[in-house]
Amino acid sequence: MISSRFAKLLSWSYLIALYGFIFLPVAVLVLFSFQDGRLPVPPFNGATLKWYGEVFADSRLMSALGNSLIVAIGSATVACVLGFCAAYALARFVLPASRLQRGLLISPMTVSYLIIALGLLTTFNWIGVSLSLWTVGIGHVVINLPLCFAIIYASMGDHQKNIERAARDLGAAEWQVMTQVSAPMLMPSILAAFFLSVTFSWDEFIIAFLLSRFDVTLPVEIWSMLRSGLNPKTNAVGSVVFLVSVALLLILELIVFRRTAKK
Amino acid sequence: MTAPVSIRNVSKIFGDFTALDDINLEIAAGEFIVLLGPSGCGKTTLLSLLGGFLSPTSGAIEINGTDMGDVAPAKRPTTTMFQDYALFPHMTLRDNVAFGLKMRKVGKSERHAKAEELLDMVGLKTSANKKPHELSGGQRQRVALARALAVEPDVLLLDEPLGALDLKLRRQMQDELKAIQKRVGTTFVHVTHDQEEAMAIADRIVVMNAGRIEDVGSPETIYMHPKTIFTASFMGEVNFIPGTFESATERTISVKTPLGSVELPEFECSGFAPGASVTLAIRPEHFRASTGTGPRITLGKAKVEDGSFFGTHHRAHLSPLDYPNMTITAHMPQSAIIEPGAWVELTLDPTTVVLLHGHPPRPTQESATL
Amino acid sequence: MATASLEQRENRRAWGFVTPALLWTVAFFVIPFIVMAAISLATRKGREIVMAWNFDNYIEFFEKAHLLKGLFVSLEITFTVTIISVILAYPLAWIIAERVPQKWQRMALIMAILPFWTSYVVRSYSWLLVLAQNGVINNTLTYLGVISEPLELASTRTAAVIGFVHFFVMLLTLTIYANLVQMPPNYRRAAADLGANGFQVFWHVVLPLTLPGIMVGAFLTFVLCIGDYITPQILGGNNELALPQVIMLQLGRRADFPMAATLSIILMGVVTLAYIACARWLKMERT
Repeated sequence: MISSRFAKLLSWSYLIALYGFIFLPVAVLVLFSFQDGRLPVPPFNGATLKWYGEVFADSRLMSALGNSLIVAIGSATVACVLGFCAAYALARFVLPASRLQRGLLISPMTVSYLIIALGLLTTFNWIGVSLSLWTVGIGHVVINLPLCFAIIYASMGDHQKNIERAARDLGAAEWQVMTQVSAPMLMPSILAAFFLSVTFSWDEFIIAFLLSRFDVTLPVEIWSMLRSGLNPKTNAVGSVVFLVSVALLLILELIVFRRTAKK
Repeated sequence: MTAPVSIRNVSKIFGDFTALDDINLEIAAGEFIVLLGPSGCGKTTLLSLLGGFLSPTSGAIEINGTDMGDVAPAKRPTTTMFQDYALFPHMTLRDNVAFGLKMRKVGKSERHAKAEELLDMVGLKTSANKKPHELSGGQRQRVALARALAVEPDVLLLDEPLGALDLKLRRQMQDELKAIQKRVGTTFVHVTHDQEEAMAIADRIVVMNAGRIEDVGSPETIYMHPKTIFTASFMGEVNFIPGTFESATERTISVKTPLGSVELPEFECSGFAPGASVTLAIRPEHFRASTGTGPRITLGKAKVEDGSFFGTHHRAHLSPLDYPNMTITAHMPQSAIIEPGAWVELTLDPTTVVLLHGHPPRPTQESATL
Repeated sequence: MATASLEQRENRRAWGFVTPALLWTVAFFVIPFIVMAAISLATRKGREIVMAWNFDNYIEFFEKAHLLKGLFVSLEITFTVTIISVILAYPLAWIIAERVPQKWQRMALIMAILPFWTSYVVRSYSWLLVLAQNGVINNTLTYLGVISEPLELASTRTAAVIGFVHFFVMLLTLTIYANLVQMPPNYRRAAADLGANGFQVFWHVVLPLTLPGIMVGAFLTFVLCIGDYITPQILGGNNELALPQVIMLQLGRRADFPMAATLSIILMGVVTLAYIACARWLKMERT
């Protein structure tokens, strides 16, 4: 009895301690984004929204935010479309060397982003493509395509194969089957792949850093802010990014996973 | 709305597996055909060939006199009702049923009216706005039927549509299916492995085994006068008594069996030569006619080994006096008192006995010692 | 005849769907990789890259201490991080799966990985707030009178390890939790029924059954950790450089593409070795 109560106490203490560890830096980040002073470290001098004001007034930060959104949504859309079509072909038709094809499509997942970025950088240099948001987007599709393909491919069951056959049998052309039956039917997993891709692209640093020049994305802009050391403004922009990510996560949770759970 | 189907010399080979071997079948317009057989017999392959999901390796399929060649499923005058119903999970029932019409560019109000008419026919008019996951299995099955019929196919192909339903619901749906088929007049080709279902709904049953057609005929013919040992055993419980063809006169034929010589009234017994291996097939319920009038033959006395009560009858295992190693299954009247060790007379009406070529493929222990 | 045309038509259509994705992967992943591998066999003459087709860069890597050291620093950090993260995450996943009431588990899990969704750069930065000379820890300890001089916490290997562990504890908690709840409860019931106590059930049944999942999670940790530039750069400082930092140094200050490519290929070789080891272990486990 005593030992079980002790074990219970121990596990709850452990839980709280680790949650403390996990939340400590984020709590500090958010708290000191309201710091009324020049340094985001203790003591806490009182709350102000001035740093958030500066963040939203900073045109470089705002354009980086816009760039990040464009690249994230654009690359996630391309990755989802390509991934969906590939998954559709490999799950529904018998193609030669389909294992090899699947392996090829998944393979970028097993390679560090740094290496992907470096490979693209050397190649773009070699053939003389100048760096821009486009090159960043291309890199982000490379890392998100395997993810989208894997998620959508995994959700394509044999049961749905019959549903698509039924649609074809009732007179639907192939594009009608895809747009009116397969895609809506697989919408939860397509949305999951899309939002995950958006989050990954939104947060990605090294590819965006190496493959961009004048127009940069938000993580790269934040990176250059770090050179000025500890600064409550960096806290404020970090908190904004955190809130946006959590909001995305909540949307994903509410729309996609709830709906799948219901079914 | 309805059309005849003709299947000529159709074979389908997957790699080195022959799924269908030289199938020939004529189906009349408006007929309710059931393809019956064990799994792997080729019945579903044949249905897929009719639907256009597969192409035959050789042979031709004509619907309404037109060769189907490799016409795509969408372009054929057929629709398929799938075993798992394959309803579109993200659409309402109305949109599900109207889908085929939408693909045919029928206007919205017109196709919705037609969809509702069909939902009404299957008793689901009030559920038109529901989604498939809100329905029970039987209701989904009805929606699938309505969806397949909405495009007014000449031929409806049904792939074990009742397989996923429980027994009671299956019997009820059989009746509805039959009634709806009579009403719309469309040619139905229905695949099943359940012989009771086949007998309940079919105009004609096509019994298939190992890629070939074993037997074709009305449920009564198939059950009462099967042409092969396979059909006889697949259509329900049966006793096989192996024997040798002895002689035929104008009126009777004579077969030598371990239970003595049996005299049968002469019917289509062409192709039997004296000395040929034959088998007598006797349904368990035919032993019941022992006290009735009319022609009777006997297979001698038999001892009751055990029995169990089935409601409509007692099912008893008997061992014949002349050949105790053989086990005969017989249905005895409800009122009979079945006691192990009792002796009964194996009497039956000779017209109910079916004479078949050959011996059962897997000899039972009894006949092996013959 | 008829068969061929129907199936050929379908196949042609299927190729149409899969080809764009394949082309993308080949054009922007496979070919760049080949280009990079080729460049690693080149030399740098001033700002020009000359194809030499030799292994001089690889030889140089093993000869020059500051390059080779990068690999060892990376390996040491990565192994430390992987082991500490697994040891910290397993009990947390276990407690969430076993002690937290069913209906709160999903919430507990979402909470446990919430900081996962902060920007990766920002997360390292926020540890800087905690560990800096005038940061939260030093401030608190000074205030409490535990120390008189601030501790040197930031810009050390310890700081990099803490930053990494923070990230991977969340990732591993998620994967280990998924493994724990996937395990049919009857295994444990059967073991307990046969007389095993709580610890024995864990040691003989739960741990072996979750080990493959842990290995996959640990492999993921290894791959992501060894290839990361941000955390060692922000938290580890410039005293001892991890391999990705060395690679970025070649790119930035020295514009030495051939050497950067060489180091990347070596990094990838290490990851591949880890993958082969992990795959072989999993295969052995299964047979």
